[in-house]
Amino acid sequence: MIAGSTALFALMVGLFALVIWRPHWAAQVSGRSWIIWGGLVLPALVLPPLVVVSLIAGERLMPSDAVPRIEAEARQWHWTFRYPDHGGAETEGILHLPSGQPVDIVITSLDVIHSFWVPRLAGKMDAVPGRVNVLRVMAGAPGPLEGLCAEFCGLDHTTMRFDVQVHDPEGFAAALTTPVFAPPP
Amino acid sequence: MTAPMPATSPIRLHKALTRIWATGPGWQRLAAVNHSVVGIRFMVTAAVFFAIGGMLAMLIRAQLATPGSAFLGPEIYNQIFTMHGTIMMFLFAIPMLEGLALYMLPKMLGARDLAFPRLSAYGYWCYLFGGMILIGALVAGVAPQSGWFMYTPLSSDVYSPGINADVWLLGVTFVEISALTMAVELTVSILKLRAPGMTLARMPIFAWYILVTALMMVVGFPPLILGSILLEMERAFGLPFFDPERGGDPLLWQHLFWLFGHPEVYIIFLPAAGALSTMIPTFAQRPLVGYRAVVASIIVMAFLSFGIWVHHMFTTGIPHLALAFFSLGSALVAVPTAVQMFAWLATLAHGRPRWDVPMLYIFGFIAVFVCGGLTGVMLAMVPFNWQAHDSYFVVAHFHYVLVGGFVFPMLAALYYWMPHVTGRLSVHRLSVPAFWMIFAGFNVTFLTMHLTGLLGMPRRVYTYLGHEGWTGLNLLSSVGSFVLTMGFALIAADIFLQRRFAPRFRRDPWRAGTLEWATPTPPAAYGFASLPRIDVRADSLSPFDIGQQLAAGEGYLGMARNGWQETLGVDITTAEPDQIVILPRPTYLPLILALVTGVAVLSMLFKVYVLAILAAIAVAGLFVWGARSSGQPVDHGPLPIGHGLSAPPHPEAATSPPVLAMGVTLIADGAFFTSLIFGVIYLWLVAPNWPPPEVIEAGLALPLIVAAGLVAGPIAARGAAAALRGKGSVMPWLSAQAVALLTTLAALVWLIAVALPDPQTHGYAAASFALLAYVCLHLGIAGLFVISNANRLRSGHIAPRRDHDLRLTRAWQDFTALSGLIAVGFVVILPWLVTG
Repeated sequence: MIAGSTALFALMVGLFALVIWRPHWAAQVSGRSWIIWGGLVLPALVLPPLVVVSLIAGERLMPSDAVPRIEAEARQWHWTFRYPDHGGAETEGILHLPSGQPVDIVITSLDVIHSFWVPRLAGKMDAVPGRVNVLRVMAGAPGPLEGLCAEFCGLDHTTMRFDVQVHDPEGFAAALTTPVFAPPP
Repeated sequence: MTAPMPATSPIRLHKALTRIWATGPGWQRLAAVNHSVVGIRFMVTAAVFFAIGGMLAMLIRAQLATPGSAFLGPEIYNQIFTMHGTIMMFLFAIPMLEGLALYMLPKMLGARDLAFPRLSAYGYWCYLFGGMILIGALVAGVAPQSGWFMYTPLSSDVYSPGINADVWLLGVTFVEISALTMAVELTVSILKLRAPGMTLARMPIFAWYILVTALMMVVGFPPLILGSILLEMERAFGLPFFDPERGGDPLLWQHLFWLFGHPEVYIIFLPAAGALSTMIPTFAQRPLVGYRAVVASIIVMAFLSFGIWVHHMFTTGIPHLALAFFSLGSALVAVPTAVQMFAWLATLAHGRPRWDVPMLYIFGFIAVFVCGGLTGVMLAMVPFNWQAHDSYFVVAHFHYVLVGGFVFPMLAALYYWMPHVTGRLSVHRLSVPAFWMIFAGFNVTFLTMHLTGLLGMPRRVYTYLGHEGWTGLNLLSSVGSFVLTMGFALIAADIFLQRRFAPRFRRDPWRAGTLEWATPTPPAAYGFASLPRIDVRADSLSPFDIGQQLAAGEGYLGMARNGWQETLGVDITTAEPDQIVILPRPTYLPLILALVTGVAVLSMLFKVYVLAILAAIAVAGLFVWGARSSGQPVDHGPLPIGHGLSAPPHPEAATSPPVLAMGVTLIADGAFFTSLIFGVIYLWLVAPNWPPPEVIEAGLALPLIVAAGLVAGPIAARGAAAALRGKGSVMPWLSAQAVALLTTLAALVWLIAVALPDPQTHGYAAASFALLAYVCLHLGIAGLFVISNANRLRSGHIAPRRDHDLRLTRAWQDFTALSGLIAVGFVVILPWLVTG
């Protein structure tokens, strides 16, 4: 997409320079041809493949099969994560993820609209009060990542960040049973 | 009545017309209604707001230049970025294009003024006072702080107590009144007030752009105004339109906002593109290539822009296939844009391009806007959008679109049309370095931001930690932004110097082909001393010659008659003159009306509702009082307009500007009502916590009385019109109309008070209340028509040959009946159908 855009950008600025400095050459193309080739044919070549590819890519990201679920609950200005498959374990401000395993993040909000985003993991999904949204993610190699709230949510929006810890399968189970990560009393 | 004064010399004609048209000196300037004066006021005020918005941007960049900066805390920072967006969109871009259109259109179309000068002036004062409320709140530290799109529930009374959000809702709505008045004004003026012979297909292309823009404003602003009113009702009176706990839905706000907000981008871009389509042919030294293709592409763009608002909401959890539809629509917008781009390139290719400062900015436009368009296509792709949405990539994208698509063309337009306003040529010593500073500064600031966003920096954070890899890029953006600001400072200096010291010229310095250069420069109050006949496309004229002929009074209406401010109205399709439009003289009424409107807005802001109601009644009264002597108290019949032709004054014409204006107003009102119905259906279908715990217990009698009353209104209005034509007695019909209105109103109030559940309990009750209140308001306004009609009938302003008032009343009554029946049906029948 970046390369294509750069090419199109160069084309437009190049054409502008051309018609300014070499109008005689450019005048050989009739006005009607300019508009038909540039205004209709060019977009017709570029846009449909782009839309189709992105539709397919989007469908791939869509949750269809059943995978483990993790609940992400947003409120001003904290994130709480619950793990229903792990005896209702709950963590505050840190999200534990298994590596190499697709997970559905079930996103809700208790007050205003927030948005769940781990930039290195996947796109974002809004936490809308009164609704339940689902985002399919799959973490890569074990290690730490950072997540944040991407929808402006008031005074402390900036600090509404959370840590993400990606574990190998054994580490994941262990992390959720270690009392260190139990919900605060 | 006096005979037309023979115009013996251009000087004498100039003096006679100036006596009639000029705005008085000193305090009388506040009474100005002239389009040149009001247009310049709009543009200068918008430039001041641009400077304020720019200062706020500087504060933002200063804060973000380094990580962990303690320069601004989050309380202040949130107000600043909210106000930066609000000012640039509502107080700079829209009013700037309105001012340009106001100033330019009559001159390009060969008319002496716009159709409703008092409305323009009222729109200006509303804009100024609304803007002052917002700026006042900023100075007092209580500016809005929920972001310029005010997402609920963050902007609701629970999460934003205090008046900050009310300032936004009321202040912006106040400014939007002016946008709607301008939309009606511009549409009617373009359709009706043109030079004889200038058919729609011969109009200069700028007029096409503005016509489409104005119609987009007519349908585009009502959803925002509706959303603002509903949110203010939720904040002030607890009606839960957007509260999910009580059957509202926060996403309804997003739909209403972007239903306005997306077309808004094209409303801003199209006039700028219109200016480009006017300037590029001048510098290519040939008429625009592909005029008809460009007109078609503008219209296609307008339609597409209303179908793609959801692309601002790709991350809200809407089903993916629905997103795909809006994604396709968003990508399709590239087609009409490309058509215009290539029409401009073809124009340059087929001409003999001349290089000048405006061309420099046109180059800037091409480079920057193409970049913004390409990132726009990227963002239209759903998976990419999920990653880039609400990050600095989006910030970079829309600055490329809006600065590229509006600010650069407007700067080109500034250098192009400045000589028209000042009567002095452009000199280029400062202009060229100023351009390069702006161009370089802009790209350093915002090109960088694409990367910052891809590295994960979200919008609207007041600081960052420093380990994310955003530090260097942010510093670079901040440095670039200061170069950009210095460029703008240089332009300000340049404008000041040119205004003072540049050499004067006689006429048409660019050798342009459009009619605005045929006026004297700086323009006289009356614009043209006489009006031309246009037999060719109006972008290939020779203004220099035409200007001399018109100044000598050789065109139409080259005379001063009865002290009237005359201009010609033409048939919409044939463009043959069918009326003399007699325009109102300078008056303080618009200022007074806007001040009283301002009192109403401020009393709502400070929750003094008694005063708000009194002020609203005063506004209504002023409207009726202001209309008391509009038009003519006697019949004149056809009067000579020159060249052997004659036409009646507009009150005696078949389709006068007020009749058209009522049509346009009802389209806007219909858009408002459709948005309301959309909201009601949306809540029924999508909102959580439905169905409602209790529904209306209307019975049969009350709804039937309301329905009968709603139908009786238009019947009485028709009776009045028939009686006037048949020279019968009109008053009994007016009385019957008043009785029908009052009965309906009483039944509706009873329905709201007794049958409807408490509107605060549930979204259903609140929505039903909104529908019924809408009908009540329309009945009230119909009542104002009846009062005005009775009054003007007595003073002789309504007569068998001058029956426009009754036609306006009939149109309003028809609309009220239709929308009222639908609204009452939704309130009474829908719950019954759904719940059985």
